[in-house]
Amino acid sequence: MPTKIEKDVISGRDTTGHEWDGLKELNTPLPKWWLYSLIAICIWGVGYAVVYPSVPGLFGYYRGTIGYSTRAEVDADVAAIAASRAGSMDRIKATPFAQITSDPKLMAVAMASGKITFANNCQPCHGAGGGGRPGYPTLASDSWIWGGKLDDIVTSITHGIRSDDADARASAMPRFGADGVLKPAEISAVADYVLSLRGKTGIDVSAGAKLFAENCVACHGDKGEGKREVGAPNLRSAVNLYGTSKEAIVAQISLPRQGVMPSWNARLDAATIKSVAIYVHSLGGGE
Amino acid sequence: MSNPAITYNEDVVRKFVIAGMFWAVVAFLVGVYIAAELAWPEANLGLSFVNFGRLRPVHTSAAIFAFGGSVLIGTSFYVVQRTCRARLFGGEALADFVFWGYQFFIVMAALSYVMGFSQGQEYAEPEWHLDVWLTVVWVAYAVIFVGTLLKREEPHIYVANWFYLAFILTIAVLHVVNNAAIPISMYSAKSYAVYAGVQSALIQWWYGHNAVGFFLTAGFLGMMYYFIPKQADRPIYSYRLSVVHFWSLVFMYIWAGPHHLHYTSLPDWTQTLGMVFSLMLWMPSWGGMINGLMTLSGAWDKLRTDPALRFSVTAVGFYGMSTFEGPVLSIRDVNALAHYTDWIVGHVHSGTLGWNAFISFGAIYYLVPVLWQRSGLYSTRLVAWHYWISTLGIVLYISSMWVAGIMQGLMWRAYDAFGFLQYSFAESVNAVHPYYVIRWMGGVMFFVGALIMVYNLVMTVRSSSTSRAAPDYPAGAIAAGE
Repeated sequence: MPTKIEKDVISGRDTTGHEWDGLKELNTPLPKWWLYSLIAICIWGVGYAVVYPSVPGLFGYYRGTIGYSTRAEVDADVAAIAASRAGSMDRIKATPFAQITSDPKLMAVAMASGKITFANNCQPCHGAGGGGRPGYPTLASDSWIWGGKLDDIVTSITHGIRSDDADARASAMPRFGADGVLKPAEISAVADYVLSLRGKTGIDVSAGAKLFAENCVACHGDKGEGKREVGAPNLRSAVNLYGTSKEAIVAQISLPRQGVMPSWNARLDAATIKSVAIYVHSLGGGE
Repeated sequence: MSNPAITYNEDVVRKFVIAGMFWAVVAFLVGVYIAAELAWPEANLGLSFVNFGRLRPVHTSAAIFAFGGSVLIGTSFYVVQRTCRARLFGGEALADFVFWGYQFFIVMAALSYVMGFSQGQEYAEPEWHLDVWLTVVWVAYAVIFVGTLLKREEPHIYVANWFYLAFILTIAVLHVVNNAAIPISMYSAKSYAVYAGVQSALIQWWYGHNAVGFFLTAGFLGMMYYFIPKQADRPIYSYRLSVVHFWSLVFMYIWAGPHHLHYTSLPDWTQTLGMVFSLMLWMPSWGGMINGLMTLSGAWDKLRTDPALRFSVTAVGFYGMSTFEGPVLSIRDVNALAHYTDWIVGHVHSGTLGWNAFISFGAIYYLVPVLWQRSGLYSTRLVAWHYWISTLGIVLYISSMWVAGIMQGLMWRAYDAFGFLQYSFAESVNAVHPYYVIRWMGGVMFFVGALIMVYNLVMTVRSSSTSRAAPDYPAGAIAAGE
């Protein structure tokens, strides 16, 4: 198609003279503001690349004129916020629990630290407010497996339960069913007895009571009240880690689940762990 | 056919238009569903194959590659034939191979996601065997497009075709480089990327951002350069602007990817370049917007009577907004607030819903009467309904995500008087819940709009009221131009 430059009546501009499927183009010059903005931003970009790290080389890269580094920027921010709380956290670290709990100002700091640390680290398993969920103990009741005093809680957080920490708390309920220690009928009888411990009536528990005395009391105590030294839960408590139905109890006797809590001493410093302990202690079950 | 010497292959375009509308409905439906899962997690029904992690790539792939890709390939076949006055190179068989091969890729990719297969790379989730298949299909597509350009009967190549060609070539390079992987066995779907660590991340976001730049921008600009002047019946505003903004756009986009990796282990010099190129990209992007909008000068009144043109023009508006928001978000200090928040999700959707989907709707509303030789659309009132419902849906979507995203960013960085974090992450999740519900409502509206469109298009093809009395439709149906 021959080039045929026309004048567009509406805009008063010439076309380029080309046409495709009826489409034409005007030969309008670049909008000035657009061109100058493009050039200005490119000049700014060159300037920015001089000031900030920008060009790679064989042995490292050009660092810019002000020595900027994102890592240094983040480190400075983290250091500044750490410095703002350093004084109070140092005092929490150095002060025994008895004195912290009687010092309202220090308690306010410990509760603020403990609350947010708990919410970001512990709540995903233990639930908001330490309410617990199946497999994850409630922290808001007096039914403690390993103890509810502040020092007990600190130990649990610091070293974890069945974690890979050398000082972790550890207990192992035997696999009465899986290892053939008890027959299914015997396990059922023990489960009935455990149900009777928390008030279920109308079932014959004589066989179960005998089996319980032979197999369970060493850890769980004569009346199933539990033993914290070995981490054996109180079986009379309304709070039960792995469920309160007979099926759940049978399952836990046959092939027990052994929950794991990580050790936190590598992620949280000592003062923060103390703060979390104070917060957990305040949830309702502290001793 | 008035001129049997040149007839166009419109059959394959029709197929792509139908596939595009089908995938649009699928993509929007899955999007609505996963938005509901975010607002009400119980909606995953405890089923692994409909959980968020598996359905999210189904949504993004269906929206970008299935809906967007079908419309892009279909319109590129339509535009390149007409602006070159040449039938598609390679014959019907090759064009049909591209159609069915591409649809096969999409179906297999979606099935693989719900079954749990993924490379774990955003927008590049399909495993290696599907990547190889897509490469074969894509090369066939490139052969058709370039072959048609080479046998053109017009002396010059129209601007729309520059953009389509940039899209086709760059996507080929991005796809091959980013998906370089070694399968653990010839008989296993599992593979490992050849890049490791931060190199892998950089290659991934070089790919990811240029999927935005060349798939969702360059390709759709090609659509804009044909359909807006056609619908407005006006010449392109500035040929010179199209040259300068084309070359500056394709040159600068390719460097902008690192802005996805601010404050990571990516070296600082790479972050700086990513940010600087993103900001320099602002004017090249707006060059396209100016050319699209200014082409309307002298024809603005058509917006009152042609709601399909309204879609196209609003799309250019959203394009301008997104390509301003993007450079702003790439600034390191802004990114420190916005990164990992829902602001980014809102930004993406103002581009994909407002720009990509709207320009596609405008083009399809134009194309269907032409391709099926109808006198016009079944109902322009329904187009207007679609327009307003979708626009309101987008507004709900992006404004709720602005609020949610900025709130998340502020909550995550807030400290109390003692120097401890003020809010836990769980509290920030709780705080955005109402905005997730609003976002879901916006998605529902956009989906309903698409259903109205499908109904309108089906009726356009089926109804006797749109059957053509005489071959007088301005765009011409089959005939080649003199």
